Amino acid sequence: MSEYIILSIFLFLGAFIAAAATVTGLLLGYRTKNTANKMAPYECGMETIGNARIQFKVGYYLFALLFLVFDIEALFLFPVMMNFREIMAGHTPLSPMIVLIDLAIFIVILVSGLAYAWKKGILKWE
Amino acid sequence: MERKVCAHIQCRLGPMRLGWHGTIQTVADVIKMLFKEVYAPSGADKLMFYLAPLIVLIAPFIVCALIPFGRNLVVADVSMGIPLIIAVNGFGVLGILLGGWSSNNKYSLLGALRSGAQMISYEISFTMILLFVVMISGSTNLMSITLGQEGTILDWWIFKIPVLGIVAFILFFISSTAEMNRAPFDIAEAEQELTGGYHTEYNGTPFAMFYLAEYIALVTNSALATTCFLGGFLPPCIGVAFVDNYLNMVPGVVWFFAKVYFMIWCYMMVRWTFVRPRVDQLMDFEWKFLLPVNLVLLATGAAYIVIWG
Repeated sequence: MSEYIILSIFLFLGAFIAAAATVTGLLLGYRTKNTANKMAPYECGMETIGNARIQFKVGYYLFALLFLVFDIEALFLFPVMMNFREIMAGHTPLSPMIVLIDLAIFIVILVSGLAYAWKKGILKWE
Repeated sequence: MERKVCAHIQCRLGPMRLGWHGTIQTVADVIKMLFKEVYAPSGADKLMFYLAPLIVLIAPFIVCALIPFGRNLVVADVSMGIPLIIAVNGFGVLGILLGGWSSNNKYSLLGALRSGAQMISYEISFTMILLFVVMISGSTNLMSITLGQEGTILDWWIFKIPVLGIVAFILFFISSTAEMNRAPFDIAEAEQELTGGYHTEYNGTPFAMFYLAEYIALVTNSALATTCFLGGFLPPCIGVAFVDNYLNMVPGVVWFFAKVYFMIWCYMMVRWTFVRPRVDQLMDFEWKFLLPVNLVLLATGAAYIVIWG
């Protein structure tokens, strides 16, 4: 448990350093008048056209969905993989053969998902 | 150091003025950054704008705490080391997306979106390779992964499993390069297309924080590669007692940092050597090549363990 407390200390340390740096920058930084030209978002020196909250492609969202599937899948595989050597050596009550078949089914379902997405053209970036 | 390596590859000297061969150039850069003006552009979401560097910096700090530097030198020796690293890595994407969106700039938004899509894609192969390491070492604790490589240089995970280890190491190298948004996979901040990517609108210290996070991530990823493949803090013994005695006299921390520096040097060499692929090539490479290869690697690794234990 104490390890996780140390980790949270590190978390706050990281946040603190960034916050402290920002505040120091705000305090020490050189200042000029806030003119409209200075505050305008950069657009190659032209006057800014419209708002930056533009519409973007739905493709990004689909990639995110695929990522979600595969990441969670990897998370599910972790406990099995951790004990894979022992299961295969027969040190656990589980039967090595059944575990292997289960794993194969799991992976095949995933891969067919990927193949489906591929065929549907989700992976194509136009 | 980055600029020094870059300069040498391009047959230049790099920074020379400050200290011996420009060693304290970094300090000067930090001081310069501190005295730059900090402001958010008009229309930016101020809270999010200042929050983003915070989030980006947190992630590499936590990973830093998890890496074992020596036999008893680890800040937090948690049993779920590798899943935690993966989780924390996902955190960094959040900061980048937040930073890009909140700056009210089209370049930033596009850069952040690309960067987000790229990082999450490569995170999958990153996870898969760590899964492979977990499978052959039978543990998610980084300390026991390191100690599992005790023995000679051939007991390191990169050499212990013939061919597969080296393939996994190369795949790890590729996906971690993309994961860190470093060239040649830096489409997120391709200067020619997107000016600065997600941190176009940042200046002064918040910008420095993004930069710092990127370089800490470089160090932690090298450290992770060292731990998972190159034997961490273990000396490169060759099995001859006479030589090994001398190698064992050098403390583990020294070996660890020597390997980490070697890895960083490799990342830099790659950065200044290869050209940048297009965004669609990059995504194709991940989803249509790296991911299937990773699955095959995992399956072969499993077969190896089943057949030869």
